[in-house]
Amino acid sequence: MDPVYIARHPAAAWRRLEDEVIVISASDSSLFTLNEVAAEIWECADGRTPLAEIVAQHIVTRYDVGFDEAYSDARELVEQLAGKGILIVSGEPITGGDGR
Amino acid sequence: MQRESARFRVVINIGGLATGFVGTDLAIAQSLERRYHGYLASPLAPATCEFTVVRATARVEGDNAGVEITHHDGRWFIRRGSLSAEYDPVAARGSAHLDDRPYDIDSLLRIVHTLLLAREGGFLLHAASAVRDGHALVFAGASGAGKTTICRLAPPDAVLLTDEISYLRPTAYGYTAFGTPFTGELGIPGMPISAPVRAVYLLAHGDRTRIEPMRPAEAVRSVLRHVLFFATEPESVQAVLNAVCQFTRSTPVYRLEFRPEPDVWERI
Repeated sequence: MDPVYIARHPAAAWRRLEDEVIVISASDSSLFTLNEVAAEIWECADGRTPLAEIVAQHIVTRYDVGFDEAYSDARELVEQLAGKGILIVSGEPITGGDGR
Repeated sequence: MQRESARFRVVINIGGLATGFVGTDLAIAQSLERRYHGYLASPLAPATCEFTVVRATARVEGDNAGVEITHHDGRWFIRRGSLSAEYDPVAARGSAHLDDRPYDIDSLLRIVHTLLLAREGGFLLHAASAVRDGHALVFAGASGAGKTTICRLAPPDAVLLTDEISYLRPTAYGYTAFGTPFTGELGIPGMPISAPVRAVYLLAHGDRTRIEPMRPAEAVRSVLRHVLFFATEPESVQAVLNAVCQFTRSTPVYRLEFRPEPDVWERI
């Protein structure tokens, strides 16, 4: 499995609210709400931690789901968020994310 | 011999933030004084920001032109129809080419106040608001949701702050709503007064009056959908998001379905 790295886009404003994360794209003011699992992945998107490690450590251990299914869902999620312009996805570690 | 034109200075105070306009086109001065009659400060008053204004050469009919705001080299550049402006937030000075009709000046004021308020934890909301019993009630909703209707149903002791754009910023008394001259369907400017906000109601028409509290995340999402967003720089957008989160932590937010009958005001 090739490593996948994810980083929050620096033009995305966001806040955690209870078990959700609200994200606003600064480029077009679009508003997104991430559910509990997506919020976990979002908060771990530091550009340095591989997606597989995020899924293994934060999703599989907390939710009743196998790694393969969780990773497949996570890949789909991060591609969607990248398509919205609020997440960066790369095969290499990413510098220049929001750095939080 | 060249004769120097007379210069004017008009200061408009909305929400405690004074915006100065200087120029030589007296038609623009008269338009400002007429439209913002209740919000004029002394021409000598200090201003939070100041614009040199000249008449735009291009004219665009209607007020449906899209807003284009860019930010580079530390300056904001604003275009909307015949309005073209730039603003340096460090110097608190800018210049604008605009028409003497209401659209341009209203647009410039709304945009500038939005950008200034973001730094102070405030924001503009598509919402009607009114003061009753010393507190402000805010009624947010898209066009057709009932902002004008709720204003028309207001009892005599309610003082209208706006029927279209609510002005919200934190003060020593908590989040406070200020009157604005920005009008909607009602066409009546709000009174230039302020009061701490008691509650926000997200409006929807219904077959009976029903009020339900919103949980925090839902409240933030709902309020955000009605915030006037012009900024495109991430810091300003983050500031607005933080402001809305702070606002909804300290202010109850309700969903209000209502029938257009006067007793709705007694229920809230």
